[in-house]
Amino acid sequence: MREMINMIVVLTILGAVSGGLLAATKDWTDPKIEYQQLTFVKGPAIKTILEGASNDPIVDRFKISHEGVDSSFFVGIFNGEASSVAFEGLGKGYGGDIGLMMGVNLLDDTIIGVGVTTHSETPGIGAKAKSDPSFTNQFKGMKMTAIANVDAMSGATVTSNGINGGVAAASKMYQNLKPQIMEQLKAFK
Amino acid sequence: MAKTLVQEFTKGLWEEIPPFRLVLGLCPVLAVTKTVENGIGMGVATTFVLVGSNFFVSLLRKFIPSKVRIACFIIIIATFVTLVELLMQAFTYPLFLKLGIFIPLIVVNCIVLGRSEAFAFKNGIARSLADGLGIGIGFTLALAALGAVRELLGAGTLTFWETPIQILSPTIQPFTFMIEAPGAFVCLGLMLCLMNLVGSK
Repeated sequence: MREMINMIVVLTILGAVSGGLLAATKDWTDPKIEYQQLTFVKGPAIKTILEGASNDPIVDRFKISHEGVDSSFFVGIFNGEASSVAFEGLGKGYGGDIGLMMGVNLLDDTIIGVGVTTHSETPGIGAKAKSDPSFTNQFKGMKMTAIANVDAMSGATVTSNGINGGVAAASKMYQNLKPQIMEQLKAFK
Repeated sequence: MAKTLVQEFTKGLWEEIPPFRLVLGLCPVLAVTKTVENGIGMGVATTFVLVGSNFFVSLLRKFIPSKVRIACFIIIIATFVTLVELLMQAFTYPLFLKLGIFIPLIVVNCIVLGRSEAFAFKNGIARSLADGLGIGIGFTLALAALGAVRELLGAGTLTFWETPIQILSPTIQPFTFMIEAPGAFVCLGLMLCLMNLVGSK
């Protein structure tokens, strides 16, 4: 009986101390982790797409809920006008989901850039979609209302189709949300 | 029979170097050693957990009832692993992205649990610290060596601090097989063989 109580007491104390320690660490690191995620995962793609913007798109962001999912929109201010946004899309790749970052000019609905943020494609084949921008650059200048198919990367058909599908899905979401995006952008002048 | 502190430390560097002598913890060994940098990062994270858990297991060994010792070890190890995971996300995010799922998996790394059970539970604090540090540094060296061989042959580069340095001439087509998962098995097998050849003389 004594041994039983001893076991319970030791396990409980260990668990409680470890739980408390972890909760404190979590509280302390949470804001740092969120900032790191934005800078390292989405940051490079956002910066390339909204190149030349006079603000920091990672700071100027807002969220809109679409079909139950919250999407972040990053605002780019050009010539003193908040005319462009970058937002995320998702494509089905060979090794899982491919995260896309799309930049759109709201004045004429043209795509100003598409970049890959996260992926698990095969190194040297599908992964080129991220390292070699010549594939995603084909979307530049296309109208959001008329997404056409682009030339696939040789050897990476599934990845190419996945990105194409992701861009098409993102354009649909954009068309649905455009009034709300315009409304939100009024705050950034 | 009794070893000095220095001997406890140095045995991890050669005599019992994991995973070549102590063939434990192969999962991270095979999975993360695509580059030297990943290998070192994984090794340092494991060393931190190993030293921390060895210290606490050794400190609490008089209080832990032996019937529930494994549960207690796991709580201590899991706490340290979660700490490492949070700290890596907050301060070295790019490395965390590459090591990903293998950081939480340190919890079930046989080396960490093995040292708690086989060493720290039976020895004093100073010895346990020396043992954890030695085994951890040995593990880091082994991972770095394996990562260096695989990256050199597989990509022709060596990566330190995020910057790949081209070692082999770019005109040589790299042997991509080495940085894929099967290459890890082949490479580990060859290195084990080499270690045994050297050791048997």
